[in-house]
This record gives sequence, C-alpha cells and structure tokens, in this order.
Amino acid sequence: MESWERQKNILDFTLSSLLRRKGKNLALILVYTLIVFVLASVVFLTHALKREASLVLQDAPEMIIQKTAAGRQEPVPFSYSEVIKKIRGVQSVGGRLWGYYYDPVVGANYTLLVSEKIQLEAGRIAVGQGISRTRLVFPGDSLEFRSYDGKLLQLQIQELFPADSELVSSDLILIGEDSFRALFGGTADTVTDLSVRVRNVRELSTIALKIAETLPDTRIILREEILRTYDSIFNWRGGMMVFLLFGALFAFVIFAWDKASGLSMEERREIGILKAVGWETSDVILLKFWEGLVISLSSFLTGMILAYLHVFFTSAALFAPALKGWSVLYPDFRLTPFIDFSQVAVLFFLTVVPYTVATIIPSWRAATIDPDSVMRT
Amino acid sequence: MRKAKKFSFLILAQGLALMLLAGYSFYRVEADRPRLELKKQMVRDWELTDLCLFTEANYTRHLTQADRHTPFQNSPLAFEHFPSGSILLPPEALKR
Repeated sequence: MESWERQKNILDFTLSSLLRRKGKNLALILVYTLIVFVLASVVFLTHALKREASLVLQDAPEMIIQKTAAGRQEPVPFSYSEVIKKIRGVQSVGGRLWGYYYDPVVGANYTLLVSEKIQLEAGRIAVGQGISRTRLVFPGDSLEFRSYDGKLLQLQIQELFPADSELVSSDLILIGEDSFRALFGGTADTVTDLSVRVRNVRELSTIALKIAETLPDTRIILREEILRTYDSIFNWRGGMMVFLLFGALFAFVIFAWDKASGLSMEERREIGILKAVGWETSDVILLKFWEGLVISLSSFLTGMILAYLHVFFTSAALFAPALKGWSVLYPDFRLTPFIDFSQVAVLFFLTVVPYTVATIIPSWRAATIDPDSVMRT
Repeated sequence: MRKAKKFSFLILAQGLALMLLAGYSFYRVEADRPRLELKKQMVRDWELTDLCLFTEANYTRHLTQADRHTPFQNSPLAFEHFPSGSILLPPEALKR
C-alpha cells in the first residue's frame, strides 16, 4: 500500500513536471499519436483486407488456363478442354467468357462476365452497385454499348448486385453469352480462358505440369497463386509501405536520439534539486520512467483508438485517395474488423518500450552525478 | 482530484474503449458472416478470381490474371503508371 502511495506521489510529480513544459510535451504526444495512428491504420487495414481476400477467394477456380501468343493473352479454343479432360485427375473443365468494356461516358472500365448461374432474359444484364452509382442507372434502365463492329447495343438492367458484395462485384456486369458475343465478336468455339477442377487438390501441381507439357502455349494460374497475390497486398516491401515504415522509423530514431543524447539544462537542474532535497537515484529513475510511460502509453492508446475508428468506421477515409488512385469507379465497401492481436502487441513493443527505455538511460546518468555540480552548471 | 488519479482514469478509459472496440470486432466478425458468405458464393458461382479493389486499369483490376507485357509487371523495379502499383507487389505467378 505504501509502495503504491509512493508511486502515486511520483506520478503526481511527473504530471506536474510535464505540465510545466506543456507546449513541448503536447507537441510530442501529438506527433507520437500520429505515428501510432498511421502505423496502426496500415496494420488494421492490411490485415482486414488480407483476411477478407483469403476467405472470399478460397472458392476461386482451382486452376485457370490462359492461351498466350507472342507474350499476350488470347482466346482459348474450346477444343483445349477436351485435351485437358483426358488428363488423369481432372474432374471438370469449363470455359469462362469475360472481358473489359471502357465506358467513354464516365471514363470507367467495366468487367463483363458470362455466367449460367444467373437467369438473365435475352438483352438483359445484372450490374454492380459501383456502375449504378457512377452511371445513375437502376433496374429497368438501359445501358448503351458500342460493339466491336461499331453497332450500338442496348442492354436493359434486370437487377443490381447487393451492396454488401461490392468488394467483388462493384464494376461487374453479368451478361448473356449471345449479347457478349454480339458485343465483342469472336467465334463460338473460343472462350476467354478455361477453369479446371480436379479430384484431389494435392495433385494440382502435377496436373498443371501435365497440362503445360501437353499444351505448351498455355499459362496456368493456380488458386494458391491467386491467394498468395492478395496476401502480398500492402506488403512492407511495396513502395508506399516502405516510405510509411521508414517515415515512422526515422521519427522514432529522432525521438530516441533526442532522449538518449541527454537532458536539457532545465531537466538536469531539476534532477540536481531533487537529489539535493533527498531523492534517491532510484526515485529519479522512477520519475523518468513514469514520464516516458505517461507520454508513450497515452499516445499509443489514443493512436490505436483513432486508427480503429478510421479504418472500420470511416472505411480508411484518409487512405482513400491513395487506394482509389485514378479509378473512376471505386467500390464502396466496409471491412469486417478482423484484428490480429499479435500485430497490436508488436506495435506496442515497437513504440512504447523503446521510448520508455530511451527516457530512463540519460536520467540514470544525470541522477548518478553529484547534485552540487549539476546545479552549478 | 489528484493528477495521478485523473491520469489513471484517462488511461483506464482509453483501455476500456480499446477493449470495447475489440469486443465489437468479435461481434462484427460474427454479424458479417452472411455478408462474407454472399461474396464467397458469388466467387464460387461465377468463378471470379479477383477482388474489385483497383479499377484503374485492366491489369490492376484482375491482378492474378494480368498479361506479362503490362508496364506494371516488366520487372519488380519498373516504374508504374498507376498509383496502385505503389501499394502492390507483382503477382506471385509472375515471380516464378
């Protein structure tokens, strides 16, 4: 009990001492909070995005087969599917018809996809919320497309995809095969690419190897690679991440440098006086420990709370300009707050601990010298 | 009130707020399950391969399906035309 009372007294003194240098310490807390806020926002956003991508895409096609000619992708003859079906372990092969359409009215790119899993009447399409928002079109309205041979094609919107699915469907248009071929041309015996399902996923790489040997002009993309691509999103080695991390790291180096390079004359004199009036070296170190903890802990907690609100309540509004880039049509999505608590712990140990330690070392040096000489300098 | 007490209250309040947010995360993850299932079903039914994250260019829209000749993927050090290139690394399939 006595020890706690002593701690409270020292904390009282620490807070009074910090308030005496209000301007400097407030600025310090502000910058510190900002660094934690940026780092925590990045950590929250990337983890939530990666987790959502890995969950949503775990049912993506096991294998996609593209045909390449002179390094470019081109339509795959559907006859390739017959060759692939003969390979042992292949369960099914399906053709995918999809492509892009540039809409000059708004300057946006749409993704057009043919699917038999949705019942569309002839001349009807289903579109994503992003398209509806950008073009101000709703079910019953028509969208005009210019086909490969210059003809105008009017397609009526049958339905909109739910707003909750924007992360996968914002720019998507589901279209019938006839309309797709009328829009983009091409022959009926070709598809954009092939999707393959296998009986045993452990044989995936062996089957991929066999396909590559049988059809050398193909490029094979495995589901594992799709998942890994999204796992590397916002990777620390990515351009913007490196700059953010280096920025934060340099800021911390400056903090630590400022602290470790010694105390100001005023602070040294304060320590000298405290020692002269009977404070022990351990009391002075305790005082400085509390000082470091007050600043770093309050900054850390404020930064974390603000980062959480920023990422999960405002959909990372401050990062939006960087994420949107030049996109005209951007999904309006709300992330599920998947939190990796180990990352939060790492952030705590990388921010709070170094700062607190850096505060103690110079004060220990100042506290061990003679108070008389400190006060005279 | 003593300054130490005020500060303790402040830290406790902040800690409590963080714990509440952590609790809210658990609740939200459960509540969002149907939303995630809807997206999973779309991916499964329509055989989608990519998230609609960057719609700037074809190769940023379908990162995993992009051609090798795009500027984005000439090499990991190539200058990228679109801002999303500064967020993403080249797709895994191209780094083999």
